[in-house]
Amino acid sequence: MSSPVKSDLPQGTLDVLILKIVALAPVHGYAIAQRLEQVSRGVVQVPQGSLYPALHRLENRGLLTAEWKETETGREARFYRLTRKGRKHFETEAADWQRLSEAVGLILGMAE
Amino acid sequence: MRWWQRLWRRKELEEQLEKELRFHLDEHAADLARRGRSPQEARRQARLALGGPEQVKEECRDARGTRWLEDLLLDFRYAVRGLRQRPGFAAIALLTLALGTGATTVMFTVVSGVLLKPLPYAQPSRLVALHEETNWSTELGNEWAFAYPNYLDCQRESKTLTLAAWRYDGGTVSGRGSAEYVDGIEISSGFFSLLDIPMYRGHAFTANEARPGGAPGIIISYGIWQRFFGGRPKAIGSPLEFAGRDYTVIGIAPAEFRLDGQEWDVFTSIEQDASAALRNREIHPGIQVLGRLQPGATLGEAQAELAVIGRQLAAQYPKSNVGRSFEVRRLRPNTGGLQSTLWLLLGAVSLVLLIACANVASLLLARAVSRERELAMRAALGASRGRLARQCLTESIVLGLTGGGLGVLLAALGIQPFVLLWPGGLPRAQEVALDWRVLLFALGMSLLSGLLFGLTPALRAPARGLEQRLRAGARTVAGGSRRLHGAFVISEIALATVLLVAAGMLGRTLLRLSSLNPGVNARNVLVTRAALSPAMLADPARIPAAWQEVLDNARLVPGVESAAIVDTVPMREDYNQIGYSTTPAVPPVNQRPLALATCVTPDYLQVMRIPLLEGRFFTGQDRKGAEPVVVIDRVLSERAFGRHDPVGKQLWIPGSDSPFTTGKDAPEPVRVVGVVGHVRYWGLASDDRATLRAQIYYPFAQVADPLLPRWSELMSLAVRTSVAPLSVLKPLRKAIRGDSSDQALYQVRTMQQLSSDSISRQRFLLFLFGAFAGLALLLACVGIYGVLTYLTNQRVPEIGVRMALGAASRDVVWLVLRQSLGMILLGSALGAGAALGASRLLVRFVEGVHPAEPLTLATTVSLLVAAALVASFLPARRASRVDPMIALRQE
Repeated sequence: MSSPVKSDLPQGTLDVLILKIVALAPVHGYAIAQRLEQVSRGVVQVPQGSLYPALHRLENRGLLTAEWKETETGREARFYRLTRKGRKHFETEAADWQRLSEAVGLILGMAE
Repeated sequence: MRWWQRLWRRKELEEQLEKELRFHLDEHAADLARRGRSPQEARRQARLALGGPEQVKEECRDARGTRWLEDLLLDFRYAVRGLRQRPGFAAIALLTLALGTGATTVMFTVVSGVLLKPLPYAQPSRLVALHEETNWSTELGNEWAFAYPNYLDCQRESKTLTLAAWRYDGGTVSGRGSAEYVDGIEISSGFFSLLDIPMYRGHAFTANEARPGGAPGIIISYGIWQRFFGGRPKAIGSPLEFAGRDYTVIGIAPAEFRLDGQEWDVFTSIEQDASAALRNREIHPGIQVLGRLQPGATLGEAQAELAVIGRQLAAQYPKSNVGRSFEVRRLRPNTGGLQSTLWLLLGAVSLVLLIACANVASLLLARAVSRERELAMRAALGASRGRLARQCLTESIVLGLTGGGLGVLLAALGIQPFVLLWPGGLPRAQEVALDWRVLLFALGMSLLSGLLFGLTPALRAPARGLEQRLRAGARTVAGGSRRLHGAFVISEIALATVLLVAAGMLGRTLLRLSSLNPGVNARNVLVTRAALSPAMLADPARIPAAWQEVLDNARLVPGVESAAIVDTVPMREDYNQIGYSTTPAVPPVNQRPLALATCVTPDYLQVMRIPLLEGRFFTGQDRKGAEPVVVIDRVLSERAFGRHDPVGKQLWIPGSDSPFTTGKDAPEPVRVVGVVGHVRYWGLASDDRATLRAQIYYPFAQVADPLLPRWSELMSLAVRTSVAPLSVLKPLRKAIRGDSSDQALYQVRTMQQLSSDSISRQRFLLFLFGAFAGLALLLACVGIYGVLTYLTNQRVPEIGVRMALGAASRDVVWLVLRQSLGMILLGSALGAGAALGASRLLVRFVEGVHPAEPLTLATTVSLLVAAALVASFLPARRASRVDPMIALRQE
């Protein structure tokens, strides 16, 4: 929230980022929000309001599944986990992103 | 979790969502507090970061993917609640729709049963019918029933078709002191197996039985089995006398078996029939040919193959077969020419449904307008326009489906009486039932009508000018809505006009037809088929005396004035035809004029009271050995002799047609001894358009002996009575029973019945159209009344101002009436235009209907305008009684 430069996320990016974070370990919604902010060093600003609809959408598509578990602090939270379908989906999406961003980087890095 | 599970556990999901978001907020606030914010500040920031919790929840619900269903359920509940809150509105709307859909469903059930259902045989789409076609035509067209040898050749040669033949063969079945004329058919041995109809009991003809000289077997219908054998299983193997011959019952056909729309009583083997007519390729004794396509064969292949067979036969038998081909067609149900009538009725009843829809639409619209503020409020609270439209549509579809359901109930009650009321019996009546097709149709129709009348109010769901609507007081009727209401009223009136004009045309037609002179005096005439004793039929020499005895005995019955026998009776739908010529050189078949031939005894003219115009009618002197004589009607006289006096002139009848001699090729000269008036033989409505109208009478006494048994089977007894004709039936039956008491009367009719039956179609159509038109008129009036009441209510403040400024109540009435008069006149003008178009259909499809006369049009339209004005007068008068003070205070 203190970052000077903020970027809006391109369409569809949020889903991949969520999948990536969830892929590391089962995690609850608030942790995802925090992780997103930390990892992107504040560059990527995810409105927290759109995080939950995105999670529910991914769950509805069968890419995520959720269960209630206790956190370290002893409260019940909804933990999201990747399904097999979700993992596959994430891998293709991530590869696509990788290729795209490399290509864009190459073009932008061209000597003038 | 599946979508329906999610739907089921909606409450649980809601709680979890709430809990998840709360956890998020708590964690975030705790984090912030740890970084030094005060607890209140931390909470505030956490909330800000998350955004409005309700909005987030909404979005999460959207993400669940079952949103549309949840909304549908909500809308449904809302709609039901809304309808229950306004029972008056709901009752009127549902009644209107139930009547509309009910009537339409009844008509569709009939259309579906009679026209759309496939034939009740196995694989009906593989069945075909064959006929012969010539490259020249007679008055009756160029289609012919088969000649039997041609059928045998086709059956043997064809590789693509299995064929079977049948032909009509009625006769008297007699047993223990009773005799009954029954309708039978002669069938070829493969007939039942081709249709794939198993016998109910016994067996069909085997190849061994089906040959000339085989043991004479007979298959009887379920009905005959019940009537003659009391349903006893022993019937198989019992003897039965039919048409003067002895048979053994070998099988019983299933009860539901129908062919060509008729239930046949007996089936005999055509292969056992030794009559000469079946051996002659030049005679077409009414052989009908059915076929089933062999597996894999197509109609086109069958047609091509038959063309080849036709050419071969033409080369082989040039005399009979040149220019003659065999045509194949898909076998279609015999719908008795009802197709046009039924579609016409379905069309008419759909107009009623449309009016009902327009009515409900305007009711809904009025509601939508008065609910405008509610809807605007919802929009202001965040409902999208589509969402509001969907809600309105749900409401109208709930109405449509409920109305449709009630309509189906009405139809279920109404269908049986409707079928029974159908004049002359509905063909395929046993197929008419509420089945899945009908239910599907009713469902589709209800949905469609729901959409139809819900669309306009739904599209009005507020989009712009929210604050205006929210702020507005009573003056909310926008010009748009008034125009829409006007459009509904106009279309209702237009549709009602079409139906009224149609009913008016039919009414005029019926009046005109029933005032027509049928050519006979139908009062007090009884006609009934008479079956002579089979013993008599076996001996032609005794037949004339037997008939004479019947006539003598009939004349002795009290109340009988005169009696005659006759073979075909006007308007009874049986006829014989005969060719004639004014020169000894009779023209070839295709150019030969034809006449209706009637075989009578001398008293026939008195019985029917047909006027004798010239010459004389038959007398006792016209007997065998004397010169053959005929009497002709005026139509034939004008055709054959123009203005010349035909009495004493000669006509020639082709040898094959002549009843006076048999086996003669040369034309038979006959003397015209008299001219009588034309009889509307084909019925009051149809006679003018019939192709076969000229009539020729010949005396029964001169019929050649070999023909007498056949002729006698067809004879009817006609008596003129001085009392009610049916009252003499019982003594008449007794009087003619004969010595062995096996002579019977059957198919008893009065001429008045026949005459009135001949226009029963027109009468029934008038009845239905009258009912539809009445319903339409009622609905239209209710519609006008409702719309005007609504519009006038909206104008109360304005009226108040006018009255405060000095307008008299007369002016106010005029103000309202003027508004409705515009709609009524425009609607009836449009309707009259459409009615002129629709009247062409009536003229084309219903015999005897003339194009709409201006008088009919003027009468019906003014009736409608008057009714509509009465309907609008009530709200107008109410408006004129508005108290200006109260009206102004409403502002």
